[in-house]
Amino acid sequence: MHEFSLAQALLDIVTQEADRNGVSKVQRVGIKVGAFSHAAPQALAFCFDAVKPGTVAEEAELVVERVPLRGLCPQCRQESDLKEPTDPCPRCGFVPLEIIKGRELYVAYLEAWDPAIG
Amino acid sequence: MAQIDVNRPILEANLKAAQENRRQFDDAGVKVLNLISSPGAGKTSILEKTLTRLAGKVAAGVIVGDIQTTEDARRIAACGVKAIQIETQGTCHLDGPMIGQALKAFDLKGLDLLIIENVGNLVCPVEFDLGEDMKVAVLSVAEGDDKPGKYPLLFKEAGALLINKIDLLPYVNCDLGRIRQTCARLNPKQVVFELSCQTGQGLEAWVEWLIAWARSKEN
Repeated sequence: MHEFSLAQALLDIVTQEADRNGVSKVQRVGIKVGAFSHAAPQALAFCFDAVKPGTVAEEAELVVERVPLRGLCPQCRQESDLKEPTDPCPRCGFVPLEIIKGRELYVAYLEAWDPAIG
Repeated sequence: MAQIDVNRPILEANLKAAQENRRQFDDAGVKVLNLISSPGAGKTSILEKTLTRLAGKVAAGVIVGDIQTTEDARRIAACGVKAIQIETQGTCHLDGPMIGQALKAFDLKGLDLLIIENVGNLVCPVEFDLGEDMKVAVLSVAEGDDKPGKYPLLFKEAGALLINKIDLLPYVNCDLGRIRQTCARLNPKQVVFELSCQTGQGLEAWVEWLIAWARSKEN
């Protein structure tokens, strides 16, 4: 259950970005979470709700985009979606595939009322 | 509504701390292991057996993380090695800043090898870079041969795997071949050792490999 640490780190980034962009109220926070990262989106959303009160993100909704696990075959260069990281290349059977997507754990964007409009 | 692109890793602050730790390790020429397993797999027992065998060959130090108690640091200090305990007070993993703080207690230039014993947990510690050169996974046979498949991220990232408590093999339903096969599919370069802290079987091969690895850093 390290999602509380992740939520705190996420909030720190949101606060910094809001300051930098002159945003007083963040409406939405978009994050990407890979299928092969150790972060449970529901637990993360729960923890984010726990840490956001009294901050610029107090009313922000967390939007989580799950990134599926994707592999590249080092032998035949075929790309494929994987269910497990041990899945073989569907074309030539090679194992293991190089993981090219699915380890993401980052803040993609913020949405806020346009400061120019108020 | 205005959208602001951010594109920053959630664990950016941890990564920065880990990079600073790594810089200190590189400057001092010390090799660093991050030892990860479930609770009770035998990390501390392996360290006790390992450290007594390293004496006089490799100058080692240990940072040990636990949610509570300083029991492990006492066990390791009894081997004649400097050990710093981090009590995480509930946190399920060590992170870069905690290690940075603990490093202040060490003279890194006097060390060849620093071993960080993480909090017992197969999940959370894997996401937190500490600045180590290598993650080492420990799996005891009593936990079952399905664990590498169930917790693949650790077993993929670990450069070495220690399969511990092999003296229990006659009493538990554990297929070593299945562990080796899953791990080879996750990380074919992984070095695997089978050992028992009770009988001493396999310890020499592991320690020999560790000595060579610890001496492989320039400086």
